[in-house]
Amino acid sequence: MYLQKLKLTNFKNYETADLGFSEKINCFVGDNGVGKTNLMDAIYYLSFCKSYFNPQDMMNIRHTEDAFAIHGTYLRNENQSDSVSCIQRRNQKKLFRMNKKDYDRLADHIGLFPLVIVSPSDSDLISLGSEERRKYFDGVISQFDKVYLDDLLNYSRALQHRNALLKSIAEHGGQSIESIEVWDQQMLEPGQRIFEKRTLFLKEFYPLFQNYFEFVSEGREAVNIEYESQLRNLEFKELLRSSIRKDLAMRYTTAGIHKDDFMFSISGYSAKRFGSQGQQKSLLIALKLSQFEYTRTTKGYKPILLFDDIFDKLDERRVGQLVKLVGADDFGQVFITDTQPDRIEKIFKQVEIEHRIFNVKNGAVAG
Amino acid sequence: MNSYPSKLLESAVNELSRLPGIGRKSALRLALHLLKERIEDVEFLGQSIIKLRKEIQYCTVCHTISDNDICQICSDPRRDKTTVCIVQDIRDVLAIENTRQYRGVYHILGGIISPIEGISPSDLTLENLIEKAESGIFNEIIMALPSTIEGDTTAYYIYKKIKSLQIKISNIARGISLGDELEYADELTLGRSILNRTLYQGD
Repeated sequence: MYLQKLKLTNFKNYETADLGFSEKINCFVGDNGVGKTNLMDAIYYLSFCKSYFNPQDMMNIRHTEDAFAIHGTYLRNENQSDSVSCIQRRNQKKLFRMNKKDYDRLADHIGLFPLVIVSPSDSDLISLGSEERRKYFDGVISQFDKVYLDDLLNYSRALQHRNALLKSIAEHGGQSIESIEVWDQQMLEPGQRIFEKRTLFLKEFYPLFQNYFEFVSEGREAVNIEYESQLRNLEFKELLRSSIRKDLAMRYTTAGIHKDDFMFSISGYSAKRFGSQGQQKSLLIALKLSQFEYTRTTKGYKPILLFDDIFDKLDERRVGQLVKLVGADDFGQVFITDTQPDRIEKIFKQVEIEHRIFNVKNGAVAG
Repeated sequence: MNSYPSKLLESAVNELSRLPGIGRKSALRLALHLLKERIEDVEFLGQSIIKLRKEIQYCTVCHTISDNDICQICSDPRRDKTTVCIVQDIRDVLAIENTRQYRGVYHILGGIISPIEGISPSDLTLENLIEKAESGIFNEIIMALPSTIEGDTTAYYIYKKIKSLQIKISNIARGISLGDELEYADELTLGRSILNRTLYQGD
């Protein structure tokens, strides 16, 4: 499966664009701010029904226009193709179509054309709080596990109730600890399952991650992801019971899987606090490549891979190695953006991989 | 907004549009419709609404809406008073009654526990339910509450309160709808149905 054609109308800085892609590697080259990343985002839209960068759909309409449209054609095999369209009019509901039929629920579409994106904004995963990391790993796990997703939703619903109750007890008194325990009961099962699945996932994921990090960093450093959860030391039921005094004082639930974190470290030191920009970049690339391989081995097909602007801060040799890696048969279709046309040309002179290069200039693409 | 030609009309529209599901346009349509009706019919409508609000009673046994102290179901000698079905509100009673499959009585909670919306156990008719259960009149309690976190929590709360009483406690079955193809069932329902499968009953 690969994206064969992409047609844009009034999407971000593009009035129109009509592109045909290679089955392997596609490079968008051009200066900063000409719209390379917007092309990536259009491809992301077709897989996830939303932008990777801007959650407000309307803001992706070209200034002064009334609507944007993204049309993609995916080739499944020799003669079978799927057409996917996303149309957003100003102040109207987003329309999403597959083979000319509107979706009732966007969730039905997500997962049909799997995609992994690597972008500079991923650094939030390392630099920001634990919520970003939980969101990322939860996203990866729930793609393959609907029960996990359901558990997450139920857990967070029960947690909201429990917090509301703690707040109300603090403000008005009245209700007993017994009424808190009935909410504990709702959190126990899903919480326990989420903990076990996160543990299991990391066990399967870590070897891939280690492998790719060695590749990207050329084996000079060891990397680790430590899953931190209060549930590791104490049974969840005990944990909730023993923290009830603290919860009442704080007016929210202080213990549970909503406090979990995933700590990245390089050579034994926290990547967040001590990692250099280059190390953090290598770590994120390795993380996303592992996500790619995890998807491939669990789902059995190769996601589309987007490398948005990741070659800065990496030396030329490493960039060459990365391109060689994703050009191999284990990988499917790849999209790359870069500001330096010479670098890209040089790489493809050294390795023979099917590719197309597109020169992007202010909302116009020449292939 | 205030461009109605009559203050009387405006006030009627304002009141009607407070009803659930009625916007200002529908309210205006209803008001104009009432103006065209015979005055006796409109008087009857007004009277019946006032009577409804003033004279309605709640059954002292099961808390359903009733014209008397004790509702028709609770006073029906043919109903099995030892089996009670716990529901959220009166609409659930009507739904279950329409099935004609149930011969026991009901207990209406008047809501479900939801701290987010500020509904605590004391806002429901739980105390009365527990009193009735403690008096020993029930053999079986059937929980027919919504299949949501809030519904499950309410059921669990009741269970905790009465589990020591030697009463059979059951939950209505959840799973595949009758006449449904499995392929159209959502994954969660289907998964739950497999976990909660029932023994096949042949001859």
